[in-house]
Amino acid sequence: MLNIKNLEASIEGNKILKGLNLDIKPGEVHAIMGPNGAGKSTLGNVLAGREEYEVLGGSATLSGKNILDLDPEERAREGLFLAFQYPVEIPGVSNLEFLKASVDAVRAHQGKPELTSVEFLKLAREKCKAVDLDQNFLKRGVNEGFSGGEKKRNELLQMMLLEPQLCILDETDSGLDIDALQVVANGVNNMRSPDRSFIIVTHYQRLLDYIVPDFVHVLANGRIVKTGGKELALELEEKGYSWLEEADNGVA
Amino acid sequence: MAEQFHAQQLAMAKAATALPFLTELKEQGLEAFSQASMPTRKTEAWRFTPLFKFVGNEYVQAQNNELNEELAAVANIEDLNAARLVFVNGVLNTELSDALALEQVTLFSQANAEQQTLIKNNLGSVLAQAHGTSHLFNDLNNASTTEGVLIHVAKNQQLTQPIQVSYLTTDNKVAFSVNTRILMIVETGAQATLVEQYASDSTAQVSFTNAMTEIRVDDNAQIQHYRLVTIQEEAQHIGGTHVELNRDSQYNAFHLSLGSKLSRNDLVVNHNVGGSHSEISGVYVPQHDDLVDFHTCIEHRAAHCTGNEVFRGIINDKARAVFNGRIHIHPDAQKTHSELSNKNLLLTNSAEIYTKPELEIYADDVKCAHGATVSQLDEQASFYLQSRGISKQEANVILSFGFINELLQALPHKAITHLLRPVLARRFGRDTDELSSHLLDKDLL
Repeated sequence: MLNIKNLEASIEGNKILKGLNLDIKPGEVHAIMGPNGAGKSTLGNVLAGREEYEVLGGSATLSGKNILDLDPEERAREGLFLAFQYPVEIPGVSNLEFLKASVDAVRAHQGKPELTSVEFLKLAREKCKAVDLDQNFLKRGVNEGFSGGEKKRNELLQMMLLEPQLCILDETDSGLDIDALQVVANGVNNMRSPDRSFIIVTHYQRLLDYIVPDFVHVLANGRIVKTGGKELALELEEKGYSWLEEADNGVA
Repeated sequence: MAEQFHAQQLAMAKAATALPFLTELKEQGLEAFSQASMPTRKTEAWRFTPLFKFVGNEYVQAQNNELNEELAAVANIEDLNAARLVFVNGVLNTELSDALALEQVTLFSQANAEQQTLIKNNLGSVLAQAHGTSHLFNDLNNASTTEGVLIHVAKNQQLTQPIQVSYLTTDNKVAFSVNTRILMIVETGAQATLVEQYASDSTAQVSFTNAMTEIRVDDNAQIQHYRLVTIQEEAQHIGGTHVELNRDSQYNAFHLSLGSKLSRNDLVVNHNVGGSHSEISGVYVPQHDDLVDFHTCIEHRAAHCTGNEVFRGIINDKARAVFNGRIHIHPDAQKTHSELSNKNLLLTNSAEIYTKPELEIYADDVKCAHGATVSQLDEQASFYLQSRGISKQEANVILSFGFINELLQALPHKAITHLLRPVLARRFGRDTDELSSHLLDKDLL
């Protein structure tokens, strides 16, 4: 599904990713944890194609296709989805119009028939219910005046509507109360399937009680420094990251 | 060229026969206009709107006054259910002008004795309050007025049906000029809606319209005003709106100018008596080599008045926009609360905006705020839309529309919102429905 080899990337001249390798097979859920500034958010942003980040080397392929050469919208149409850590507010742009434009673009690329406005509305309302978001949010400006939790649910709503192949959740659980966390987890769990993969970037082991990962990676100093099963998350919760960073520095 | 234009307009004004009860105004106008010199680069109020670049064609009186299907469609604002007056190249089209049946609406030429007195006593009087911000085109209008529209809403009348006055331009083979005039009097406790429309069909016809509207709002009266300038690009427009607000009265307005080779719009609101309120929003969206100029002036002459003004502009291609927003607080206007905001979006590197908010305050107990911003499309927002599969082009159309959408949505008459949505969406989508389709989808509203 996703194959990242030796990925190096920088922002404003600071090298953040320093040779990152990651291999994700269809149906797998990978959690990425790590200390602040390790490059967790950078990874998501680089994969989604944010312009401020410069790729210095390495490769990333999605289902065999090199995505680093694609525009952000092309990556999305190929099935990559990034749930943002801080979704941007866009006053004046109707959430519903935005969602329809997005779904139309992705479906058209995938050769699926366009949904009529009525079909789409029905679908959007269903998904709102699934993420426990009031339908009124469809009529509002994109994320405009949404609370932190509402923004995250809106991200999840988009993910459900777009049915991506690879979902990257960038600290979607940060700042959520336990109810909202469960909504997010249920959403993800319901979407798990043999041909869809997830990267869950998180600070907190708590989320992984609800979304059980196949692998847990530790990202430190721009590299994956340790990989294990779900029990690694518990170990990290207890011991922190410094022992891994020290070990990594020792090797370097 | 400018001198030629001046001489030519003066000759045309002299040749036009004024209605007998308006000869005095005409004489005054002629006198003032003949002595006025054309603005130059150094004339502050026209610094960024160089008239010499535009005027210079030879203008005549319009010959063609035929209504065509396209014009009829333009003048038909769906679901507004307005009483209408429709002019084609300056001449009334009787077929579409059902508003004359209303007791509140009449043409100057058809005014009865009582109405003539009313017109004579009021025409030019709101305009005269502008003092420093008046200019020679106002004099030209006074000098040239041969016809006009009187809207007179009597005391305590609630006129729920909007009055729509449409000035349309169409093919005339040669360049022509028109002076238009509206006088609206909303008496004590009355309420009315005026929709002024300046529009054209798709014929590239050079024309010069000098439009003047005076609105007197008496004590406790309210007016909702729309001024929509959607002329095609070859049309040149100079328009003035002058409003007099009396005790506890309200002026609520939306001013739109899409843009054309020349579109200069002056708005002067005179808060003459305490307790009056003005709520004004506006949008301009010039493209290609258009020039849009808004000069607004809020005169606070009395205490306890409030004003709120919001203008937003999106400037594309090599177009230029000028926004000069003045708030003038006189010594007696204590406890005034007046605000002005002007936000601009430049879509290209060669688009230009000259924005200047001006506060002039001579009272010491007032609350005032003004601000102007100039920005480009938000990269973060653009990336967000792209990351959801939306092309950069469509993202930019959606974001441009979003920049002004709030002002459209806030309009009290949804028929106007629905009229303007597709006009603006298609403009940002460069007239292709492909990029604006999601904004045009009525089922998603």
